[in-house]
Amino acid sequence: MKLDNRKKQRLNIIAVVGFILLVSWAQITWNPFFTRLANVCAIYVIAAVSINLINGYSGQFSLGHAGFMAIGAYASALLYMSPELKEVNYFITPIIWPLSVIQIPFFPAWIIGGLVAALAGFIIGIPCLRVRGDYLAIVTYGFSEIIRFLICNFQSITNGPLGFKGVPQYTNLWWSWGFALFTVIFIKRLIDSSYGRALRAISGDEVSAEAMGINLFKHKMLAFVLGAFFAGIAGALLPSLLMAIDPYYFQIILTYQFIAIIIMGGLGNITGSVIVGSAFAISLELLRVLETPHVLFTLSIPGIPGMRMLVISILILAVILFRHRGLFGQEISWEWLFSLFSRFSQKLRFRHK
Amino acid sequence: MPFSLFVQNVLNGAGLGLLYALVAIGYTIVYGILRLINFAHGDIFMMAMFFVYYGAFLTPIPWGICAVLAIGLTILLGVTIERVGYRPLRGAPRVSGLCAAIGMSFFLENFAIVVFGGRPKPFLYPDVLDKVVIIAGIHIRAITFITPVVCVVALLGLNYLIHRTKMGLAMRAASRDFDTARVMGVDINKTVSFTFGIGSGLAAIGAILWAARYPQIHPFIGVFPGWKAFTAAVIGGIGSINGAIAGGFLIGFFTIMLVAFFPSLSGYKDVFVFVILIVTLLLKPTGLFGELE
Amino acid sequence: MSLLKIDHITKQFGGLTAVSDFYLELEKGELVGLIGPNGAGKTTIFNMINGTYPPTKGKIYFDNKDITQNKPDKIAALGVSRTFQNIRLYPESSVVDNVKVGYHLRVKSSFWGAVFHFPNYVKEENYISQDADSLLSAIGLLKKKGELAGGLPYGDQRRLEICRALATRPKLLLLDEPAAGMNPRETVELMSFIQKIRRQFDLTILLIEHDMKVIMGICERILVLDYGKTIAEGTPGKIQHNPKVIEAYLGTEVSYA
Repeated sequence: MKLDNRKKQRLNIIAVVGFILLVSWAQITWNPFFTRLANVCAIYVIAAVSINLINGYSGQFSLGHAGFMAIGAYASALLYMSPELKEVNYFITPIIWPLSVIQIPFFPAWIIGGLVAALAGFIIGIPCLRVRGDYLAIVTYGFSEIIRFLICNFQSITNGPLGFKGVPQYTNLWWSWGFALFTVIFIKRLIDSSYGRALRAISGDEVSAEAMGINLFKHKMLAFVLGAFFAGIAGALLPSLLMAIDPYYFQIILTYQFIAIIIMGGLGNITGSVIVGSAFAISLELLRVLETPHVLFTLSIPGIPGMRMLVISILILAVILFRHRGLFGQEISWEWLFSLFSRFSQKLRFRHK
Repeated sequence: MPFSLFVQNVLNGAGLGLLYALVAIGYTIVYGILRLINFAHGDIFMMAMFFVYYGAFLTPIPWGICAVLAIGLTILLGVTIERVGYRPLRGAPRVSGLCAAIGMSFFLENFAIVVFGGRPKPFLYPDVLDKVVIIAGIHIRAITFITPVVCVVALLGLNYLIHRTKMGLAMRAASRDFDTARVMGVDINKTVSFTFGIGSGLAAIGAILWAARYPQIHPFIGVFPGWKAFTAAVIGGIGSINGAIAGGFLIGFFTIMLVAFFPSLSGYKDVFVFVILIVTLLLKPTGLFGELE
Repeated sequence: MSLLKIDHITKQFGGLTAVSDFYLELEKGELVGLIGPNGAGKTTIFNMINGTYPPTKGKIYFDNKDITQNKPDKIAALGVSRTFQNIRLYPESSVVDNVKVGYHLRVKSSFWGAVFHFPNYVKEENYISQDADSLLSAIGLLKKKGELAGGLPYGDQRRLEICRALATRPKLLLLDEPAAGMNPRETVELMSFIQKIRRQFDLTILLIEHDMKVIMGICERILVLDYGKTIAEGTPGKIQHNPKVIEAYLGTEVSYA
């Protein structure tokens, strides 16, 4: 079925309004456990969609997401936490001067968190994106661990391994899913544009992309910096959701989770990243069952720490080996939904006859 | 710095450098043939330690034999990982291969947490390695002395395998030009298995010596040495075995000397390694012995 | 004033000299053929013109500008486009998206405009869609615009690659064996297609081809390369009877219908 643009636009607006109503309903009626889970889902969606822009669409391979998130989290929290709160947190090594008195509203602080992460991405990108090969993977991998190390060591800035506690909770479903929606729309529009075609050309064949006049460095950098920015935003939302943050949260294993999501959702598939990203965050919570002891029909099953991640890692390997295009073949679009619907209603009609 | 301490540092640096070299070779030969960063290599390194640990802990087999068996098991593990995890994706886009390697690394680490437990374990090794030898009035732990010797023997063995055997020839051919080698009748599957076997074997030797130097093992112990070894391979020029040795030696030596001469900076040694990597990529992206590009 | 001047370039790979002291001037509007046995250095010359790698010695001028050290994307922006001997499309993208990639270097909107759909960008995107369609219809692939490029038959892929190159609005088009793998009927069509686009887009064309029928049929001037050296140059009539050329193709009967 072919839909004209005006109709599509109207449908889009309806969908967005519906989405806002849904989020408002959830924010008001859901209990704290579910809202927290839904917030985590949104953060996973932002991180997954943005790493998909780098690793899925433009064919680079970055492992820096945990590092960019750490930067976003720390940079923003340092800006919106009140001087009093900082004093309480930095009880071992006092915080250095300008940071000790600065306080700005949380929203600009989040955006600055994203911008600082983007700047870090830009600096990392300069040596890596000029040369061909897989150097980006190895440099971002190191970068992400180095960032953690620096956070642990510069106590007068980051409070070291102690992290922050009692961070005010600004993140709610409106903000988290608002950012998630913005990220999805932004990246979807980017990849559907001429720039997106250029990125896909680079990932398809660098030599011919360059011969067609595409500046490889500039476009790779564009994808990488944007990915880092949204990772920074995802990170910025974290401390003010969890109300606490420490460097151990941002281990390389966090990046592996996002890689797992885009593998299962499909490299270069946004729908997949959104659905699997949410499902992943939820199942992380559900799979806690595996790690806590249980009594089942008088049979006591001991909880095994680490079992969750083992299950997930086996899942990743299975998907990459047997369905390396991911679990979703199709991006969800209005056309697709309508054709699905018409097929379904046809079936119903046949049954009635 | 007294002379005896200096000698000790030099030996230490040489030992650590050669350990990095052994691990770096595994990265570089696999990359040379498949253009794949084997992210699981650091975890293969970790598994070798646990093989020795449980062999010596649970069975009455003498430690030395355990170590040899563990090397054999690690080789088997490396070959199996390639066979199961990487071979089906040969010819798929490169990103798929990298994802498989990440998945494999993720799997091995979590497997180790579940099966071996996440808490650090003391690595047992024979007392002989701790014995202090006095040479020309300088006190040296036996392991400090043994490490470089074993590494050099392993490297000589590698040199023999690569330059004197038919498989080694096939490996070099595949590394130079994968497709041509295949057309010329090189059995690619066998060659790649052989390559993973060699890489894993060297990593296992490195792992056992490493654990004897720093006798605390845990499931993530391979992560950072693995990254530094890969960095060494990049600095030396990825794809080149001599480069990996030079790069490994450079990083190991640099790390030990930094700690020796600037103890206050010792905490930042990994940051310096990272800086060296960045500078290498900026100034000479093909590395010291770069053959590619 | 010549459009392209290749001033005695030499290319060495290690000890191997792929191209030696090659000289060529292309006048605007010319259609020149480059022939020679496999490994004679023809594609290497293309790669140097389009900036894939710089020559070891010598200079290349395009529109009186020294482009010797320029990168491929910059040379493409100046107006040099090409096709590849071993087709290099984006097989996972649709036919029309392959063509649209060619327009990207002329896109003036920033990515902000692209993401937030600024009016200028929408205008540009509409233009690209329409123009890509008209290019596709010119080569007869409009019906297949939604298909994946990797699924097209060989001949269609070759024509699609030319179409993508045209989308960059080149002044000089480098065609690397465009007739390879085509059947005789397709080859005849290709010849008239090349003539057509040459007139329509006011092109200068440099052509590598093994199919003598194509070379003799459409080129005004031919250069023969062997072991990296130019061994003969002239009109098709002259080249046909040049003993050096026949010797270079020794053993293979050169047939030109």
